[in-house]
This record gives sequence, C-alpha cells and structure tokens, in this order.
Amino acid sequence: MANQFGRRRFIILGGAGVAGTLLLKACTKPGSSPTASPSAAPDTAASPSAAPVAASGNTVKVGILHSLSGTMSISEKSVVDAEQMAIAEINAKGGVLGKQIEAIVEDGASDWDKFAEKAKKLIDQDQVATVFGCWTSASRKAVLPVFESKKHMLWYPVQYEGQECSQNVFYTGAAPNQQIEPAVDWLLKNKGKEFFLVGSDYVFPRTANSIIKAQLQAKGGKTVGEDYLPLGNNEVTPIIAKIKKALPNGGVIFNTLNGDSNVAFFKQMQSAGLKPDKYPVMSVSVAEEEVKAIGVEYLKGHYASWNYFQTVNTPANKTFVENFKKKYGNDRVVNDPMEAAYIMVYMWKMAVEKAKTTEMEAVRKASLGLTFDAPEGKVTLENNHHLSKFVRIGEIGADGMFKVVSESKEAVKPIPWNQYVAETKGYACDWSDPAKGGKYKA
Amino acid sequence: MLSGLLEAVFNGMSIGSVLLISALGLAIVFGLMGVINLAHGELMMLGAYTTFVVQNIFKLLPTPLFEFYIFFALIAAFFVAAAVGFVLERGVIRFLYGRPLETLLATWGVSLILQQFVRSISWGLAIAISLFCLLFFGGMQLINRRPNAESIRTKAIAIILPLSIGISSIVSIFLGNTFGLTITKPWFGAQNVDVTAPAWLRGGLPIGDFQLPYSRLFIMLMTAICLVGIYLFLQRTNWGLRIRAVTQNRNMSACLGIPTATVDAFTFALGSGLAGIAGCAISLLGSVGPNTGQNYVVDTFMVVVVGGVGKLAGTIIAALAIGTASYLIGSGTFISMFASLQPVADFLTFFATTSMAKVMVFALIITFLQVRPGGIFPQKGRNVEL
Repeated sequence: MANQFGRRRFIILGGAGVAGTLLLKACTKPGSSPTASPSAAPDTAASPSAAPVAASGNTVKVGILHSLSGTMSISEKSVVDAEQMAIAEINAKGGVLGKQIEAIVEDGASDWDKFAEKAKKLIDQDQVATVFGCWTSASRKAVLPVFESKKHMLWYPVQYEGQECSQNVFYTGAAPNQQIEPAVDWLLKNKGKEFFLVGSDYVFPRTANSIIKAQLQAKGGKTVGEDYLPLGNNEVTPIIAKIKKALPNGGVIFNTLNGDSNVAFFKQMQSAGLKPDKYPVMSVSVAEEEVKAIGVEYLKGHYASWNYFQTVNTPANKTFVENFKKKYGNDRVVNDPMEAAYIMVYMWKMAVEKAKTTEMEAVRKASLGLTFDAPEGKVTLENNHHLSKFVRIGEIGADGMFKVVSESKEAVKPIPWNQYVAETKGYACDWSDPAKGGKYKA
Repeated sequence: MLSGLLEAVFNGMSIGSVLLISALGLAIVFGLMGVINLAHGELMMLGAYTTFVVQNIFKLLPTPLFEFYIFFALIAAFFVAAAVGFVLERGVIRFLYGRPLETLLATWGVSLILQQFVRSISWGLAIAISLFCLLFFGGMQLINRRPNAESIRTKAIAIILPLSIGISSIVSIFLGNTFGLTITKPWFGAQNVDVTAPAWLRGGLPIGDFQLPYSRLFIMLMTAICLVGIYLFLQRTNWGLRIRAVTQNRNMSACLGIPTATVDAFTFALGSGLAGIAGCAISLLGSVGPNTGQNYVVDTFMVVVVGGVGKLAGTIIAALAIGTASYLIGSGTFISMFASLQPVADFLTFFATTSMAKVMVFALIITFLQVRPGGIFPQKGRNVEL
C-alpha cells in the first residue's frame, strides 16, 4: 500500500486537500457572524487586527482569556458568554469613553502554560486595555507573574481559596470569608458539629479544608475525617464507607469536589442510603449549571453556599436573567461565577470612565471604592482589590433552582489573608495606600 | 464484624465489577486482537451518551414505561458503539495491524475526534457530515463501477473530495444562517449531561446498618451476563470459533477459507459494543460528559495487562483483585488490625485516602509485573512474543 503511494498520487491528493481547505475557508468567512455560533468567537479573535494600540481608532480592545476547550471548558464557556453579554450591553449604550469595546477572545485550553502564553500575547501583541479571565487557581497562579511583570491588569471572576492579594489582579469572586466560613458557621448552628471533608486533590480544596479545620477547632466543631479524590476520578465507594464509619448517626459533609467527581459522589451517596436529612452536603462548587449536569434527583435537599443564585430577588437580577435568556436561549441558566464576570466588566467600564483614560495605573486607582448595583445586590470594590459581596446559602429544590435559606443582611467585606490560618493571621491588604501594599501586619 | 466483612467484600466486588465491565471490551480488542485501542474510553462515552438520548426519548412516554428505559438503552448503546467500532476498524485500524505504535497514535487521535464530536455535534454538523458521506462515498461508488476505475481513481478523488466538502459546508452554513440557533445549537455541548437512573435503581437493599446499592447490584448482574454471553459466544458459536482461529493463527485460518478481514471487523465491533454497554453501566454511577472516557481508559488497560493479555479469566481475577485492593487500602480497613503496631498503622493511615490509595495500587501492580511480566495468566504457545 505504502509503495504505491507515489509522487503523482501525493501531488494530486495534496492538491485536493489544499483546494478543499481553501474552499472551506472561503465559505466560512462571510457566514461566521459572531452572534450566530459560539465557535466563531475565537476565529475573529485569532485574526490579527490592524489597530496596534488599545484605545486607538473607534474601539477599546479588551482581552478575554478562558478555556474554550479541554476539561475546564465546561464551566468557562458560560463565563465567556456572560462577559460577552456585558460588553454587548455596554456597546449598545454607546461604549466606554465614546468608543466601542472590542473583545479579543483567547483559548487557554485548560492548559496552564498556555494561559501564560496567551496572556503575553494579549498584552504584547494585541495591547489590550485589560484582561478578563481564568477559572482555576492553577491558571491564575500561572498568569500572575505575567501580569505583575508587565504591570497589567487581570479581572478574576471565581470564588477561590484566598491567601493572595496582587496589585495587578481584581478578584470579583468570593474570598473564603465570603463563602466557606459563613457556610461552616451556618452548618454549626443549624446542622451539627461533626464534619466530614471531601475534596478534589488540588490546591483549592486542600487550602479550603485547612481553613475549615482551623475554623472548626476555634468554634467547637469537630473534623471526623477527610478524603481527597484525584480530579476526574469516579470511584467514591471507599469515601462513602468512611463517611458511614465516621458518622454512624449522621453529620455534616463539606464538599469541595470539583468537576465530574461531584456527579459520582452524589449519585452513589443516594444509592448508599445517605439522605440529605441525616447527611446534608454543603458544596462550594455546585451551582445552577452543575445541578443541571448532575441531575436534580440526586441533589434535592442538599445545600450550596454562594454569593449569587439565579433565584435572588432583586430588580437588577430580573433584567440580568431575562437578558441572558433572550441572548443565549431559554434553557440556559446563570450562576455565581457568571454574575461575578458580568460585574467585573461593568466595574472596569466605570473605572475607565472615572479615570477618563484606559491607562493602567489611573484605572486601578479609580476603581477602588466604586459601587455597582449588581444582580446579587449593591457591591463595592474594596481597597484590597476584592469585592464586598452578599453571602447566601441555598437549598436545592425539585426544579433545580436554589431556595435561599440564609442571606447576609449587608455585603460582607472581603478578607484575602485568612485569619484562621496561623501563617497569615493578622495580615491584611490595602492597595490604596502605597505604604501598606499587598501584605502588611494590621 | 460479619457485616463489616460483608461490606468489604461487597464494596471490593462492586469496584471490581465496574473495572471488569469496562475492561471486557478491551480484553477482546487488545487481549485477543492485539490492537492498542486508546479510543476505548470514548466508545464507552458514546454508550453513555446513547443512554442519555434513550432516556430523553423515554421521558416522552408515560411513567411506567420510562422506568424500563435502561434495558433499551443497554441494547442501543451496544449497537451504537459496535457500529462506530466497525467503522473505526474498517476505516483506520485494518491498515495498521502489526504496527502497534501507529495504532496507538491513530486511536488516540480518534479518541480526541470523538470527544470533540460530541461537544460540537449539532443539526448543521450532522447534516453536513451525512451529506459529505453521501456525496463522496456515493461518488466513489459510481467511479468504481466504471471499467477504467483504477486509472482515474486519484483524479476522481481530487475532484470529488473538494466538491463534496464544499457543497456540504455551504449547505450547512446556509441552513445555519437561515434557521439560526435550531440548526447551530449543539445537541449536547461541552457540559456534562444528566443521566438519571430509573427510580427502582436509585435505592438500596438494607442489610443491618449497611445498604447494598441497587445500581451496583445491577452492574454486577450485567457484568455476569456479559461474561457468560461472551464465553458462550466464543466457545459455542461458529463466529466464536472463527475468532479464536484467527487470533491463534491468522495465515492458517485464511488458508482454510475463513474470511479474516470480516472476522477482524466483527471482533472489533463486538469489543466496541461491550464498551458501549459499559458506558451505559457507568452512567448509573458517574458523570456523562465528553471526558468520561478518559477517566476510565487507564484503569481498563491496567486490568487487561495485569490479567494477562489474551485471557478472559485473567481479566476477571485482575479486575476483582484491583477493586478489592483499592477499596481495602482506600477505606483504611486494615488500620484497626494494626492498632498495636504504631508505625504500620501510621503508614496505612497515610495511604487511606482515595488518591493515595491509587498510588499504592499502582505501586503494587508495578511490583507484581516485575515478578510476573506476563500478568496473572501469561500467554503460552508458539506465537507468544514476550
């Protein structure tokens, strides 16, 4: 077979291949309107634009850096949707500083090195005014040196483990004291003193669990066991056996599992007879999108802690949900990271308008103290580059939506350096005062 | 004590049965045929997605019927995965027999294609692909009928291939622009999809303070049925005889008039179909998404290698042994036995989390393969290449 594959054959087949791809390329060009198909977005981004400077011409360029392929694309694609929607809304109202915002979407491909590479590309080649992006802590840690060395600006929309406060990053997701700690307090008060901790085996769950353990010790709770599952592992039988042994009469399970393992965990919890009345599970990575993917049947009656649920009852949220469904289809849902992503685009826009320029340092200074009437309520960008946010605990109902069972009366101020962990106790962060900076002894 | 023992045995067996049912198809494809099929996990994923589709079709029916969708899903998953496996063998693998490295790379590529396929498949894409197949393969059929087919074939490909690509993509883009989201919206998307087991599989059988989950029992039963079915098929039917003959001595079988190419294709389809059944089974326990297959493929290869290539009995024992070992280590059952020996107990406690247990199991497997490189039941006879 291989011997017959002569030169002539090769030229003909190769020519056919080239002709085919050219034809395909020619056909897709006019048809790919960015609104029609989500896959068209990276296409438009990949073509280098003629304007070299961020604010030149009639557009302001911003970068969007999320995983559009690979494991994390599951979660990050919908965050891109929320960011695109915020940008489209701003553009429809006349843009920022009288210019339209042009989003340049790059795919981090769930590969942390790629994130750093693409961040460099957005900053050096596209010369964007700011970057919205990242989901996992690993990807944020990978791009952090890039943004710090180039003195650029990253907006990060996801709840995370804290213990970080960079001058070049704005964190619009929850710090541990805005999600994990209130959830533990609520459980101690309402559900029991004995905790079993389950998590995926990487930085966020391990840090979160060390915070929870310290907090339980300080508040009279008890950690009866903990276990970690490699990312993507579906075999949870040993964990369930351990939970039963450690909590024979029921108790609280605190779940920091991420991704696919959650599905296996909840499905097998139910079939092993661990019901939410005796074994309530509090999750910090299960939101509306995940409920849909895991199946409501398995989650009914369990809890999750977030700053925002789709069911939150504010006028801003009503329009947010309505607009999103109108733009992306009625079967889509919104969740906490998407709301945080939506907030951060608006926060950046307001900061630029206050500074009257897109120059980094001016925008950064202007952003501190800004407030925004977000879907979750009125949020403020604090001096430590984190948002003050509302804390909510939701119970999963039969319709796959969360019933809010506990809600903070006002926005909770963010504490990036954790006060339960011995190494960071007593430290704080304040970027409004050059003398204090990212980590100072309060 | 007794219930503890029962729990350990049952849990070990239930982990083992999941390993076994996902490794069964590979035991045939890799074990009997020697094809390193890295797309095995993706065939399982297709089975799981078939389950999702069947479930949604049955949701339209009245409730009592819906409760039995799983049986139809099993059958459908078998045939869908078998059909894809058949196409895979005819289209890719048959050109690569005896070249393990190329097979490995090619099947890995296929696995990536299949993953992306379930993410992006939409009506527009489906129409484009079927139109392309119709035009290209239909055109090639017409060319082949001509008396001078051999001489004009390459030129024909050069014309038909770009033409059919062009026509099908234009049609799909046109449809996409005309009908918008209904055509371009992906069927499944990158998100995981939700497969809910029927109500009668969601509970468990309580024995004392321990509960045997019905879904696990169901999977064990299904594994047993598949095993018996494969045994009978291989030992008692004509096709089974042919498969065994071809795997033992391909040239001699061909000389005796056995159509080896057809046998290869059907063997591969059978292995793939079993992967489909496994995919349906795991959808009862875990997540169904584009990455589902990746989570299982390493474990399945591990089981087949430990069991000894080419022996079903080895696969069974290996799956149960690995399952039991990972349960016993991961759940820390031994810790209480060594309570008096503090260092041993500390050592065991260190490995008593699920992720560390996996490390321990891998270490044990490597040690075992050092002692017996051929697995539990090594292949014997003339055509062994060890």
